[in-house]
Amino acid sequence: MSAEEAIDEVQLPARTAIGISFGNSYSSIAYTSDGKAEVIANEEGDRQIPSILSYVSGEEFQGTQAKTQIIRNPRNTIAYFRDLLGKGFKDIDPTPCHASAHPVEHDGGKTVAFVVQEKAAEEESEKEAEKSTLSVSEVTTRHIRRLRQSASDYLGKDVTAAVVTIPSDYNDVNKAALTEAASNAGIEILQFIPEPVSALLGYDAKQSLTETSSSPSDKVVLVADLGGTRSDVAVVASRGGIYTTLATAHDYELGGSSLDKVLIEYAAKEFMKKNKKASDPRENERSLAKLTLEAEAVKKALSLGGSASFSIESLADGHDFSLSVNRTRFELLANKVLMSFTRLIEAAVQKADLDILDIDEVLLSGGTSHTPKIASNLQSHFPESTVVIAPSTSSTAINPSELTVRGAAIQASLINGFEVPEIRSSTEAVVTVTPHLHHAIGLVTGEGSNGFAVLVNAETPVPVRRTAQISVKAGGDVILRLAEGVRDIKVSKEEKPATNGNKHDDEDDEDDSDDEPEEVREKVWKAGKILAEAGLRGVKKGGKVEVQVNVAQDLGVTIVCREVGGKGGVRGVLDAGRAEANGSA
Amino acid sequence: MAITAKMAPIQIKASLPSLPPDWSADKDFKAISSLSQPTNRSLEPVGPHFLAHARRKRHHRTFSEDERLEALRSTKKTEDEDAGEISEAEDPMLLQREAKDWKTQDHYAVLGLSKYRYKATEEQIKRAHRKKVLRHHPDKKAASGKDEGDQFFKCIQRATDILQDPVKRRQFDSVDEGAEKEPPNKKDVQKKPGNFYKLWAPVFEAEGRFSRSQPVPQLGNDKSTKQEVEEFYNFWYNFDSWRSFEYLDEEVPDDNENRDQKRHQERKNNNARKKRKVEDSQRLRVLVDDVMGQDERIKRFRHESSKQKNAKKVEREAAENRAKEEAAAKKAEAEKAAKDKEVAEKASREEGKKAKEAAKNAAKKNKRVVRGAVKDGNYFVGGEAGPKEIDTALNDADALILKWDNEELAVVTSRLNGKSDKGEIKAIFVEEVKKLVEAGKVKEGDMKSLAA
Repeated sequence: MSAEEAIDEVQLPARTAIGISFGNSYSSIAYTSDGKAEVIANEEGDRQIPSILSYVSGEEFQGTQAKTQIIRNPRNTIAYFRDLLGKGFKDIDPTPCHASAHPVEHDGGKTVAFVVQEKAAEEESEKEAEKSTLSVSEVTTRHIRRLRQSASDYLGKDVTAAVVTIPSDYNDVNKAALTEAASNAGIEILQFIPEPVSALLGYDAKQSLTETSSSPSDKVVLVADLGGTRSDVAVVASRGGIYTTLATAHDYELGGSSLDKVLIEYAAKEFMKKNKKASDPRENERSLAKLTLEAEAVKKALSLGGSASFSIESLADGHDFSLSVNRTRFELLANKVLMSFTRLIEAAVQKADLDILDIDEVLLSGGTSHTPKIASNLQSHFPESTVVIAPSTSSTAINPSELTVRGAAIQASLINGFEVPEIRSSTEAVVTVTPHLHHAIGLVTGEGSNGFAVLVNAETPVPVRRTAQISVKAGGDVILRLAEGVRDIKVSKEEKPATNGNKHDDEDDEDDSDDEPEEVREKVWKAGKILAEAGLRGVKKGGKVEVQVNVAQDLGVTIVCREVGGKGGVRGVLDAGRAEANGSA
Repeated sequence: MAITAKMAPIQIKASLPSLPPDWSADKDFKAISSLSQPTNRSLEPVGPHFLAHARRKRHHRTFSEDERLEALRSTKKTEDEDAGEISEAEDPMLLQREAKDWKTQDHYAVLGLSKYRYKATEEQIKRAHRKKVLRHHPDKKAASGKDEGDQFFKCIQRATDILQDPVKRRQFDSVDEGAEKEPPNKKDVQKKPGNFYKLWAPVFEAEGRFSRSQPVPQLGNDKSTKQEVEEFYNFWYNFDSWRSFEYLDEEVPDDNENRDQKRHQERKNNNARKKRKVEDSQRLRVLVDDVMGQDERIKRFRHESSKQKNAKKVEREAAENRAKEEAAAKKAEAEKAAKDKEVAEKASREEGKKAKEAAKNAAKKNKRVVRGAVKDGNYFVGGEAGPKEIDTALNDADALILKWDNEELAVVTSRLNGKSDKGEIKAIFVEEVKKLVEAGKVKEGDMKSLAA
């Protein structure tokens, strides 16, 4: 075994690249071995490393150790700085940083900084050493340097390059700021990839490893990245493994902290009830910090188990606090917040101009996705045909906290063999901007020519090639009528429950906006414009007909129809020139 | 992950409408309209399927092209991986081996590395072991229903144990007969001129594996320089070998009871090792001697060096000859010059003699003229000259002639010639006497007859 591993290492290029997911609340690092992504634990054993830096008497702490410092040393603890990077003071939302070091204006308002006491007091007479101003860029550099160190220690190789995930709304200024901060930390950023797409890549790569048929199917995936302080949703069309983002939606206030807040409110009220004389722990900064930290822990515990308990020593005025919360209570309390996740996701679907029936998979990513109720809400909101991938609904789901970083690591291993300019040229708009089919292409089926079978789905980037097989039971002469298809939502009111095999909505769904339970929504395809007809004669009884559609870059279509195992066949070409003439008409 | 995996065909349950009897179309296909206007959307640049899409788009490939190219790429890759170790067929005899006979087992062959042997890298051994284990694991054997036991599996484990331990591997390599190369016989070597290098080089390459100092100089070829060849033989005559023979040791009984026997066995083993080592160095020495004896280059170098010596000798002699010739030439020249000089001198001497005689004759003649002139001048007296006067005049004339040298005599003679007048002759004489007096040759009054 060791021999092969050694050989593999020898053949690797000199550059060691990892995937970094740099989140506002948590960061993680991962690398790939044998095509499998593995998340690296830092020296404290954390795979999710809090993106927090804390300075205590001249020493720098990062991660979990820094997080506990929010209670005792909040002003010298820097948290939630990712979203401040590359932004002016006017544009930032300082709310998440309220409990830790406050951001201040820096460099004439162009950037943001934190004022912390970084160095220890040199002499005892001197009460406090001079405070230093750390720009967000500097803080990011230090954070990434720590991540790089952890990865290098774990791998035993100096890590010099990385693929970094970013929110889908990151602009060029943000990217440039992150690139600079990373290069100061000794990391060359090979590529930025949006978090939702990275999550999807991480998921698909895992699927292709476990499944035997490696060919990726065409699907529309809704990726919900539910983070600590914000949530991002993206609707991604996956066509033959190539991803196209159709729409994104963001909520900068909705996240894990919103759920924590519910618990904090609840716990605070209970505490006040128990200790009538004690002051409101929400008023006191230190008490609030303790409560916040505990609430997060309780929420995580509730995602795994049925009940969890608060246990805080000296929460306020010297009173200890302990409280048991079960999952049902939490879900009731947080119902409003939980529903807003569903609403955000629904908004994204609408923005993409799609129906929930069009969504094949809902992939939940980000730490908040552990919350079971979010997944079950989505499951009931979406039709049964939609698969919701979250730990609580699917046993094969990957830890949603690790999805994005896995994707980044896989991308890093894919492009590690290339030179940086080569990567740049491959990710340029010239290559990425591609015409996508507006309508699906399919075959008209059924004796009465009323059916439609999709060959190439809408929103598929060209060039594309698809092959389909249709069995012809009766044999004889058949006509293959290639047409553009239009997807339609058929709403029918039926007394009887829908027949098996049909796609339909859950009738008893309490969240469904439809009042009438009999209403059945169906996705149906209708043949639109006929593109071409081909006749195939003398097909054997029980034989199969194979159709290959090849759409070229210029939208010229080549169609090849033949009987499987038979000779000859029909081949035809639709040229591109007419496509545009017709398209504009 | 198979990115290009073809999507499984969609199975459509519904039935197809049958072809209306009056329907007909060209090639049974009727294009009616084209697609509606598409919506431009941005893809999320993530995931393996997007990568495939980007690859198609950037390289402008169609689906089938991309599939073909990617399939090609992946096949090639697996072929590369499988090349080497796995391609070696397993000898059925090898599979029948008992694990307890590991001493005589060819560990490389067990792992399927017999073409690499001591050259196999650790990586190759690791891979080979893994491949063999995958094939011969007893659990697999049991699953397939063939109960062959785990003997060969144990052989594999033993082979890996030995080959992955550098010390044990060296011990085995020392006695690995599979890596030996038999020295070629003389006949084969002499068959063709290039055979010497072709047949001996692998032998030395194989022997070179025992050298402590690497790299080992190679036999080389026809064109190797003398220095290279010398270095080669020097190296092999001073060969520093790590070869050892522990592997062939007799097993030492490992019980405390029989200490003496144990020591005896250890001593025996030690002696055997030493003996083998000595034999091995002798063997190598003989081998190198043989090679040197057959090495055409050595002969050639010897020949060349002797040729060089001869060439020097010839040159020296030539130089000597040249010097001799030069000396002779010089001498001849000198002789000739001396002779010429002698001849010239002789000639000049004779000429001088002639001239003297001529001058003498001229002077005699002139004297005669002068004396004649004295007589013609009537002995410088106005009247008849008595004998006394004649005597004095003649004496004076003779004295004058003696005082004059030949040129003056010639001048006086030319003046006196043709003169017959007494006064004129006397005047000439007086004039001449005066000249002589002035020149201090004659004292005034010496010439009594000519005194004015």
